[in-house]
Amino acid sequence: MTNTINLTINNKKVSGSKNDTIMEVAKRNNIIIPSLCYLEGVHQIGSCRICVVEVEGAKTLQASCTVKAREGMVVHTNTEKVKKARKLLYELMLSDHPQDCLSCSRNQSCELQKLGELIGVSMPRFHGEKSKSCIDDKSPSIVRDMSKCILCRRCVTVCNDIQGVGVLNAQNRGFMTTVSPAADLPLDSVNCTYCGQCTTVCPVGALQEKDSIKAVWDALFDKNRRVVVQTAPAVRAALGEEFGYEPGTLVTGKMASALKEMGFDDVFDTNFAADLTIMEEGSELLARLADAFSGKEAVLPMVTSCSPGWIKYVEHTWPDELDHLSSCKSPHVMLGALIKSYYAHKLGIDPESLFVVSVMPCTAKKYEITRPELANGGLANVDAVLTTRELARMIKDSGIDFRSLEDAEFDNPLGLSTGAADIFGTSGGVMEAALRTVYEIVTGRELPFEKLHVTPIVGLEQIKTAELLIENPLEDFLFLDGVTLKIAVTSGLSGAARLMREVADGISPYHFIEVMGCPGGCISGGGQPRLTDDSVRQKRMEAIYREDEGKTLRKSHDNPSVTKLYEDFLGSPLGHRSHELLHTTYTPRGIYNEAVK
Amino acid sequence: MNTQTKTCTCKTESEHEKLERIEEVIEEYKDKEGSLIQILHMAQGIYGYLPLKVQQFIAERINKPLSEVSGVVTFYSYFSTMPKGKNTIRVCLGTACYVRGGKKIIERLKEILEVDVGATTQDGRFTLEVMRCIGACGLAPAITINDKVYKQVNPDKLRSILDQY
Ligand code: SF4
Ligand code: SF4
Ligand code: SF4
Ligand code: FES
Repeated sequence: MTNTINLTINNKKVSGSKNDTIMEVAKRNNIIIPSLCYLEGVHQIGSCRICVVEVEGAKTLQASCTVKAREGMVVHTNTEKVKKARKLLYELMLSDHPQDCLSCSRNQSCELQKLGELIGVSMPRFHGEKSKSCIDDKSPSIVRDMSKCILCRRCVTVCNDIQGVGVLNAQNRGFMTTVSPAADLPLDSVNCTYCGQCTTVCPVGALQEKDSIKAVWDALFDKNRRVVVQTAPAVRAALGEEFGYEPGTLVTGKMASALKEMGFDDVFDTNFAADLTIMEEGSELLARLADAFSGKEAVLPMVTSCSPGWIKYVEHTWPDELDHLSSCKSPHVMLGALIKSYYAHKLGIDPESLFVVSVMPCTAKKYEITRPELANGGLANVDAVLTTRELARMIKDSGIDFRSLEDAEFDNPLGLSTGAADIFGTSGGVMEAALRTVYEIVTGRELPFEKLHVTPIVGLEQIKTAELLIENPLEDFLFLDGVTLKIAVTSGLSGAARLMREVADGISPYHFIEVMGCPGGCISGGGQPRLTDDSVRQKRMEAIYREDEGKTLRKSHDNPSVTKLYEDFLGSPLGHRSHELLHTTYTPRGIYNEAVK
Repeated sequence: MNTQTKTCTCKTESEHEKLERIEEVIEEYKDKEGSLIQILHMAQGIYGYLPLKVQQFIAERINKPLSEVSGVVTFYSYFSTMPKGKNTIRVCLGTACYVRGGKKIIERLKEILEVDVGATTQDGRFTLEVMRCIGACGLAPAITINDKVYKQVNPDKLRSILDQY
């Protein structure tokens, strides 16, 4: 039996496969049907009906994003009836919309605006009663402006089905419907992880990151402040998209140039701290393994801690399992702590005059820096977090012609990094970076994988696992002789929940688990350019591995600046200074945001 | 069907006992298809209404997000998140009643009881609600108090009707 079906769309004979929707067949045959709520592979429940078409023989117009194509169907996508219906729906939507595009930060990147252009409606005929405007800006990460919500429910799908958190759902009904947490509570009163995945799918300005642009400009304009910026590994693999580059284009050098031109005093690389994280986290793992294999009590598996959305999720959902988390601060917070201690000392300036900005692919990191324990000597380790999207807006605001910038380098001493740090940006990367170092410390030999890539944990699958047999270790690690290290890697919170359930039930077979809160890892974090589908993720991931392979140094313990930092300042991994500056604690939380003791 | 819920003993039952009974209901219905509405229905019967903490109690036990439970509770007007008064007044707002003074009756009741539609008086004596046509169109405007129907209600007589409760 064949899977091909033949049908007619707009008098054109076309073919598709059996399970295609009308819209999918049309798209493959270069016929564009306007749509709004539809998001390929993610959200296909047909809530907006903008995509209606006429199907001969059907009494009513059909939503082409949900109705399956059938053999012999005759479809019209552009009849008078269809066009009228589409326009009417659009105008009704606008009649309950604030339409203050000029002061909306989605202006020019708004799917509702774009749709208006596509179907030729600009000014609405109806001026209806507007739904209650309610701006929830209580959380440090995400702002909800429900007056702009068009009720497409993409965020509901992402928060419930993809992330498995379920903070957002439709509340009330009819004209009063909102997409909100229970009882319309603000996000900071519920178990929102601030992962920001909802902000990457919202077609309009209803869900956005909390603005930090103003705070950063204020600091840059302040003559008495030395403003230090650092950028996460995933930013360089996606920022280019905001300037018209193909997904997967690395813009590391142009980004460093732009930051210098904007007036940042020091342009450092979070990657430096990623190498440092490997030294600390690797040592922590070895210490736990040493205890476990010498009959002492040890909490295993150890789980990575560099994704603050994941951390908040686990604090809410598995408050009794927090001792499985590595005590390492996330890399950008480590770097912040060093900038305000080591670097300030080196410069001979008061750390209070420093303002540390982190450019991150992440919305949860905006919240992370407000955690009271991420401070030293009464000073927050990091002062502001910009998302990749916000950085792009600032570059545009500065009148910088990004595409014609020359490449520049990061500044020293906190700018040098190895390839191991680059791959922190993608799911599987932290684990691979850790194994490159841990295996070599234990055996004295290089990690036995081609190009150092632990292939079973590379890729976009939700859960990836691998085993690594340790043979002939060095004398200090004889306790690991013949041990098979079991590891698991997951990204997205649904996958994390699956692995954590095993941990909580005491049946997890693993020694070490890497969790990143966003599907695919930081490359598709909540602060990255919209929209991110798997093909975009794949390209960003490849770019990250390219960056790694292009480096001469590919193992964190080979980073000479890190070695020097230990010699000059920190002492040894897990030493007293490290403990003070680079490690942290966690807080059990309830389903509401209160800390439960 | 569990007959217990029909002979409501709310007045004497302690908070703890009510939650225990809701827990039993959850255990019974949890794994059945479409059980959420059933559970909420019975929980409201036991507790009288569904405040957020009861919704949370249920959400945790059926392992569903609270936002989903609250979404269902706020979707159906049958569910109430506020306590019910001893007596429930429902004003018919079917077309006939509406045009023949139903609206005025609502206004007057709001004045007398000092509450909005959907709310309960300070002293817990009355809850004011509206409803769609009850089929007494010939004798509009109509209201019901608990199970009793009052027809052709004169707004000026409302006080004396309420005094009977
Ligand atoms: S969400 Fe889109 S249409 Fe609405 S105000 Fe913002 S830019 Fe304009
Ligand atoms: S930030 Fe994440 S957890 Fe919070 S509402 Fe959005 S998708 Fe859900
Ligand atoms: S908040 Fe955004 S994504 Fe969510 S329903 Fe509204 S418009 Fe859609
Ligand atoms: S795009 Fe098809 S219903 Fe919204």
